[in-house]
Amino acid sequence: MLKKIVFLLFVTCFACFNTVFAAESGGMPQLNPEFWISQIFWLIITFGILFIVLTKVILPKISDNLETRKSQILENIETADKQKQESQKKIDEYEKIILESKLKAKSYFNEAREKILDDINKKRAALEKDLDEEISEVEKELSDLKQKSGEKINKIAAETSAELIKELIGEEVNSSSIAAIVEDQSKINRERKDV
Amino acid sequence: MASNPMYQFNVYRIGPEIKLGSVDISFTNASLFMVISSLAILIIFNLGAKKKTLIPDKLQLLSELSYSFVAKMISDTAGSKAKPYFSFIFSLFMFVLFCNMFGMIPYAFTVTSHIIVTFVLAAFIFIGVTIIGFMKHGLGYLKLFVPSGVPIVLLPLIVIIEIISYLSRPISLSVRLFANMMAGHTMMKVFGGFVISLGIVGGWLPLSFSVALTGLEILVAFLQAYVFAILTCIYLNDALNLHH
Repeated sequence: MLKKIVFLLFVTCFACFNTVFAAESGGMPQLNPEFWISQIFWLIITFGILFIVLTKVILPKISDNLETRKSQILENIETADKQKQESQKKIDEYEKIILESKLKAKSYFNEAREKILDDINKKRAALEKDLDEEISEVEKELSDLKQKSGEKINKIAAETSAELIKELIGEEVNSSSIAAIVEDQSKINRERKDV
Repeated sequence: MASNPMYQFNVYRIGPEIKLGSVDISFTNASLFMVISSLAILIIFNLGAKKKTLIPDKLQLLSELSYSFVAKMISDTAGSKAKPYFSFIFSLFMFVLFCNMFGMIPYAFTVTSHIIVTFVLAAFIFIGVTIIGFMKHGLGYLKLFVPSGVPIVLLPLIVIIEIISYLSRPISLSVRLFANMMAGHTMMKVFGGFVISLGIVGGWLPLSFSVALTGLEILVAFLQAYVFAILTCIYLNDALNLHH
């Protein structure tokens, strides 16, 4: 529909043109050569001046301006990069320091612990030594006592048996023979115990 | 008379008649708009280039964006060898763009809607590119007409076609711009005429068309300037980097 309208309009326009131009000075003003030379002349002058001024004055300025901006931006980016790297370096250093101090703290801790452990061990060893000594002394005393007690028991047994015999049979028995018997008996006892 | 849609393209003398010998080089309305466009470009870009701040203001941003836009266009299509021709292509693009855009102002004259103007520009580009091609490659530039990988049987035909297409470059380049500008402005004028003739009752439809067409024409004005510049870059690329 729209196309049809436009087409019809065109046709009517064209018809109009033709009648108008047939009546007038014939065709498009563009094809009238009256002012062609003038147009060419002024075109060359205006375009020539435009071209020369743009080439010599204006375009170098714009290109300079663009160039400086580009270089400035690049420079700024470069400095920013540099600063970033520096800050990175600083961060690395800082982290290194922290790591080192952590390690140091750990080593201090370990040292202190070892020292304390050493101390404890030493003290314990000394204590154990003391204890051992005391124990061995006591054992020795004990064994002494045991030996002595055996003899004493024999002696007491002999005396007691001598008195018992005296009471029983009313005469004195040779103490040495009693001692020998007691000795034998206690030996037998001991052997029995051992077995 | 003024309702004639072609009336807007009339060239008339402003001020006295200037004659160089027997040739008429009078200052016309076309010349006036060429001067206005060039001055506008120079003023805008001069103001934009004057301040050298790190953070650009509006005009500076405009000029720098245009600069990098054209620079990118050239390096994309013609490579780094086309760098010396940057300022020419920049001026060309800006001139065509500003002429097209000034033509969009009501009652203004559109310089680029005249075939003679666009043809002179296109012919200058064509001759310049051909000279550059022969200067860079000598007679080897003629290899442009002999594409590689074509069967020998077809070669004569292809060469003829290539030569014709090469020679038609200035015509296609100039006619494209001129026809686009003329057609657009004629159409806007026609629709404007319909608004008047249909009056307050029926005039709203062509008026809305006119509004839409204005937007379209602004787009076309930019696009045709861009196409003109980019085709120049492509022709320049053919001359600089012979890859046929």
